[in-house]
Amino acid sequence: MAAVAARYPELQALGVQVLAMSCDSRFSHKIWQEEELSKMVPGGVPFAMLSDAGGRIGEIYGVYDEEAGVDIRGRFLIDPDGIIQAMEVMTPPVGRNFSELVRQVQAFQHVRATGEATPAGWTPGKLTLTPGPELVGKVWKVWNPEMDK
Amino acid sequence: MPEEKLSCVKPAKGPVVSTPVQAADSSEPNVGKGVNKLMAKVGKPAPDFEANAFVNGGFSNVKLSDYKGQWLVLCFYPGDFTFV
Repeated sequence: MAAVAARYPELQALGVQVLAMSCDSRFSHKIWQEEELSKMVPGGVPFAMLSDAGGRIGEIYGVYDEEAGVDIRGRFLIDPDGIIQAMEVMTPPVGRNFSELVRQVQAFQHVRATGEATPAGWTPGKLTLTPGPELVGKVWKVWNPEMDK
Repeated sequence: MPEEKLSCVKPAKGPVVSTPVQAADSSEPNVGKGVNKLMAKVGKPAPDFEANAFVNGGFSNVKLSDYKGQWLVLCFYPGDFTFV
Protein backbone atom coordinates (compact mmCIF):
# COMPACT_ATOMS: atom_id res chain seq x y z
CA MET A 1 0.00 0.00 0.00
CA ALA A 2 2.86 2.33 0.83
CA ALA A 3 4.34 1.66 -2.62
CA VAL A 4 1.13 2.80 -4.28
CA ALA A 5 0.92 5.82 -1.98
CA ALA A 6 4.48 6.89 -2.78
CA ARG A 7 3.78 6.96 -6.53
CA TYR A 8 0.18 8.12 -6.28
CA PRO A 9 0.97 11.44 -8.07
CA GLU A 10 1.64 9.42 -11.26
CA LEU A 11 -1.90 8.07 -11.12
CA GLN A 12 -3.30 11.47 -10.21
CA ALA A 13 -1.64 12.91 -13.31
CA LEU A 14 -3.58 10.34 -15.35
CA GLY A 15 -6.81 11.25 -13.58
CA VAL A 16 -7.03 7.95 -11.73
CA GLN A 17 -8.65 7.57 -8.30
CA VAL A 18 -7.56 4.83 -5.90
CA LEU A 19 -9.53 2.83 -3.35
CA ALA A 20 -7.75 0.39 -1.03
CA MET A 21 -9.72 -2.36 0.68
CA SER A 22 -9.06 -5.05 3.26
CA CYS A 23 -11.14 -6.89 5.83
CA ASP A 24 -9.79 -4.66 8.61
CA SER A 25 -12.04 -2.11 10.28
CA ARG A 26 -11.86 1.59 9.48
CA PHE A 27 -10.39 2.06 12.95
CA SER A 28 -7.53 -0.29 12.14
CA HIS A 29 -6.93 1.62 8.89
CA LYS A 30 -6.64 4.85 10.88
CA ILE A 31 -4.04 3.48 13.28
CA TRP A 32 -2.03 1.81 10.49
CA GLN A 33 -1.99 5.12 8.66
CA GLU A 34 -0.93 7.11 11.72
CA GLU A 35 1.55 4.64 13.23
CA GLU A 36 3.22 3.19 10.16
CA LEU A 37 2.21 4.34 6.67
CA SER A 38 2.68 8.01 7.45
CA LYS A 39 6.25 7.16 8.51
CA MET A 40 6.99 5.35 5.24
CA VAL A 41 5.42 7.93 2.96
CA PRO A 42 5.20 11.64 3.74
CA GLY A 43 1.56 12.40 4.50
CA GLY A 44 0.64 8.73 4.52
CA VAL A 45 -1.83 7.07 2.17
CA PRO A 46 -3.65 9.83 0.30
CA PHE A 47 -6.63 7.75 -0.81
CA ALA A 48 -9.62 6.14 0.91
CA MET A 49 -9.08 2.88 2.81
CA LEU A 50 -12.20 0.75 2.85
CA SER A 51 -13.36 -1.97 5.19
CA ASP A 52 -14.64 -5.18 3.60
CA ALA A 53 -16.51 -6.53 6.62
CA GLY A 54 -16.75 -10.30 6.42
CA GLY A 55 -15.15 -10.38 2.99
CA ARG A 56 -18.54 -9.96 1.30
CA ILE A 57 -17.16 -7.58 -1.32
CA GLY A 58 -13.97 -9.58 -1.84
CA GLU A 59 -16.14 -12.62 -2.39
CA ILE A 60 -17.77 -11.18 -5.51
CA TYR A 61 -14.42 -9.87 -6.76
CA GLY A 62 -12.96 -13.37 -6.41
CA VAL A 63 -10.29 -12.37 -3.90
CA TYR A 64 -11.72 -13.49 -0.57
CA ASP A 65 -9.82 -16.37 1.02
CA GLU A 66 -12.32 -18.08 3.29
CA GLU A 67 -9.74 -20.15 5.14
CA ALA A 68 -7.63 -17.16 6.07
CA GLY A 69 -10.55 -14.77 6.39
CA VAL A 70 -8.79 -12.10 4.33
CA ASP A 71 -8.90 -10.54 0.89
CA ILE A 72 -5.82 -11.58 -1.06
CA ARG A 73 -4.00 -9.08 -3.26
CA GLY A 74 -6.22 -8.07 -6.17
CA ARG A 75 -6.09 -5.00 -8.35
CA PHE A 76 -8.96 -3.94 -10.61
CA LEU A 77 -8.78 -1.15 -13.18
CA ILE A 78 -12.25 0.32 -13.73
CA ASP A 79 -13.04 2.76 -16.55
CA PRO A 80 -15.27 5.86 -16.35
CA ASP A 81 -18.27 3.77 -17.43
CA GLY A 82 -17.77 1.48 -14.44
CA ILE A 83 -16.48 -1.39 -16.60
CA ILE A 84 -13.60 -3.53 -15.31
CA GLN A 85 -10.87 -3.29 -17.95
CA ALA A 86 -8.10 -5.21 -16.17
CA MET A 87 -7.58 -7.29 -13.08
CA GLU A 88 -4.59 -8.87 -11.39
CA VAL A 89 -4.93 -11.26 -8.46
CA MET A 90 -1.93 -12.59 -6.54
CA THR A 91 -1.26 -14.73 -3.49
CA PRO A 92 -0.06 -12.66 -0.53
CA PRO A 93 3.76 -12.99 -0.47
CA VAL A 94 4.40 -11.21 -3.77
CA GLY A 95 3.82 -7.49 -4.02
CA ARG A 96 2.54 -5.62 -7.04
CA ASN A 97 4.46 -3.87 -9.81
CA PHE A 98 3.28 -0.29 -9.84
CA SER A 99 4.93 0.51 -13.17
CA GLU A 100 2.85 -2.12 -14.91
CA LEU A 101 -0.30 -0.60 -13.47
CA VAL A 102 0.64 2.81 -14.87
CA ARG A 103 1.43 1.25 -18.25
CA GLN A 104 -1.96 -0.45 -18.36
CA VAL A 105 -3.76 2.76 -17.42
CA GLN A 106 -1.96 4.58 -20.24
CA ALA A 107 -2.75 1.82 -22.72
CA PHE A 108 -6.45 1.58 -21.79
CA GLN A 109 -6.82 5.34 -21.87
CA HIS A 110 -5.19 5.42 -25.31
CA VAL A 111 -7.47 2.67 -26.59
CA ARG A 112 -10.53 4.42 -25.19
CA ALA A 113 -9.56 7.72 -26.82
CA THR A 114 -8.54 6.37 -30.23
CA GLY A 115 -10.15 2.98 -30.79
CA GLU A 116 -6.72 1.62 -31.68
CA ALA A 117 -5.22 -1.51 -30.15
CA THR A 118 -1.89 -1.65 -28.34
CA PRO A 119 0.48 -4.59 -28.98
CA ALA A 120 2.31 -6.47 -26.22
CA GLY A 121 4.50 -4.28 -24.05
CA TRP A 122 3.14 -1.06 -25.55
CA THR A 123 4.13 2.19 -23.92
CA PRO A 124 3.10 5.70 -24.99
CA GLY A 125 4.72 6.72 -28.27
CA LYS A 126 5.09 3.17 -29.55
CA LEU A 127 3.29 1.71 -32.54
CA THR A 128 -0.42 0.97 -32.23
CA LEU A 129 -2.55 -1.23 -34.46
CA THR A 130 -5.88 -0.38 -36.05
CA PRO A 131 -7.83 -3.63 -36.31
CA GLY A 132 -9.53 -4.15 -39.68
CA PRO A 133 -9.84 -6.63 -42.55
CA GLU A 134 -6.61 -5.40 -44.18
CA LEU A 135 -4.57 -6.20 -41.09
CA VAL A 136 -5.64 -9.84 -40.83
CA GLY A 137 -2.59 -12.03 -41.38
CA LYS A 138 -0.46 -8.94 -41.98
CA VAL A 139 0.46 -7.93 -38.47
CA TRP A 140 3.93 -9.35 -39.13
CA LYS A 141 4.50 -6.58 -41.66
CA VAL A 142 4.11 -3.83 -39.09
CA TRP A 143 4.89 -5.39 -35.73
CA ASN A 144 7.15 -8.03 -34.20
CA PRO A 145 8.15 -8.95 -30.64
CA GLU A 146 11.58 -7.33 -31.08
CA MET A 147 9.80 -3.97 -31.05
CA ASP A 148 8.75 -4.70 -27.48
CA LYS A 149 12.37 -4.50 -26.32
CA MET B 1 -20.15 19.91 7.38
CA PRO B 2 -21.31 18.86 10.88
CA GLU B 3 -19.15 16.17 12.44
CA GLU B 4 -21.00 12.88 12.31
CA LYS B 5 -21.28 11.17 15.69
CA LEU B 6 -18.92 8.21 15.74
CA SER B 7 -20.35 4.92 16.83
CA CYS B 8 -18.74 1.52 17.31
CA VAL B 9 -20.63 -0.05 14.47
CA LYS B 10 -21.70 1.68 11.31
CA PRO B 11 -23.83 -0.19 8.80
CA ALA B 12 -22.62 -0.35 5.21
CA LYS B 13 -24.45 -2.18 2.49
CA GLY B 14 -21.50 -4.24 1.28
CA PRO B 15 -22.27 -5.61 -2.20
CA VAL B 16 -25.16 -3.70 -3.76
CA VAL B 17 -27.36 -6.08 -5.72
CA SER B 18 -29.52 -4.23 -8.20
CA THR B 19 -31.42 -7.23 -9.55
CA PRO B 20 -31.93 -9.90 -6.91
CA VAL B 21 -31.09 -13.31 -8.29
CA GLN B 22 -34.15 -15.52 -8.31
CA ALA B 23 -33.39 -19.16 -7.99
CA ALA B 24 -35.23 -21.18 -5.37
CA ASP B 25 -38.80 -21.24 -6.62
CA SER B 26 -38.07 -20.56 -10.28
CA SER B 27 -39.44 -23.31 -12.50
CA GLU B 28 -36.70 -22.82 -15.09
CA PRO B 29 -33.34 -24.29 -14.31
CA ASN B 30 -30.93 -21.52 -13.42
CA VAL B 31 -28.35 -22.47 -15.99
CA GLY B 32 -26.10 -19.94 -17.62
CA LYS B 33 -27.88 -16.95 -16.16
CA GLY B 34 -28.17 -15.19 -12.88
CA VAL B 35 -25.68 -17.27 -11.00
CA ASN B 36 -22.58 -15.37 -11.99
CA LYS B 37 -24.27 -11.99 -12.32
CA LEU B 38 -22.41 -10.63 -9.35
CA MET B 39 -18.92 -11.83 -10.15
CA ALA B 40 -16.23 -9.41 -11.20
CA LYS B 41 -15.15 -10.04 -14.80
CA VAL B 42 -13.15 -8.01 -17.26
CA GLY B 43 -15.32 -6.24 -19.81
CA LYS B 44 -18.31 -6.32 -17.43
CA PRO B 45 -19.57 -3.70 -14.98
CA ALA B 46 -17.72 -3.70 -11.66
CA PRO B 47 -20.15 -4.96 -9.00
CA ASP B 48 -21.21 -1.98 -6.91
CA PHE B 49 -20.70 -1.86 -3.14
CA GLU B 50 -20.79 0.43 -0.15
CA ALA B 51 -18.19 0.13 2.60
CA ASN B 52 -17.03 1.84 5.78
CA ALA B 53 -13.93 3.86 5.05
CA PHE B 54 -11.15 5.84 6.61
CA VAL B 55 -10.76 8.81 4.29
CA ASN B 56 -9.11 12.22 4.63
CA GLY B 57 -8.47 11.60 8.31
CA GLY B 58 -12.11 10.86 9.08
CA PHE B 59 -14.70 8.14 8.75
CA SER B 60 -17.41 7.88 6.14
CA ASN B 61 -19.02 5.35 3.85
CA VAL B 62 -17.76 5.03 0.27
CA LYS B 63 -19.78 3.74 -2.67
CA LEU B 64 -18.09 2.45 -5.80
CA SER B 65 -20.76 3.98 -8.03
CA ASP B 66 -19.86 7.45 -6.69
CA TYR B 67 -16.70 7.17 -8.80
CA LYS B 68 -18.50 6.74 -12.12
CA GLY B 69 -17.05 9.06 -14.73
CA GLN B 70 -13.51 8.61 -13.43
CA TRP B 71 -10.80 6.02 -13.91
CA LEU B 72 -10.44 4.02 -10.73
CA VAL B 73 -8.03 1.47 -9.31
CA LEU B 74 -9.53 -0.79 -6.66
CA CYS B 75 -6.82 -2.55 -4.62
CA PHE B 76 -7.55 -5.40 -2.25
CA TYR B 77 -4.80 -6.35 0.21
CA PRO B 78 -4.55 -8.99 2.94
CA GLY B 79 -4.42 -6.73 5.93
CA ASP B 80 -3.18 -3.65 7.71
CA PHE B 81 0.27 -4.11 9.26
CA THR B 82 1.24 -6.89 6.84
CA PHE B 83 4.63 -6.75 5.28
CA VAL B 84 4.65 -6.20 1.53
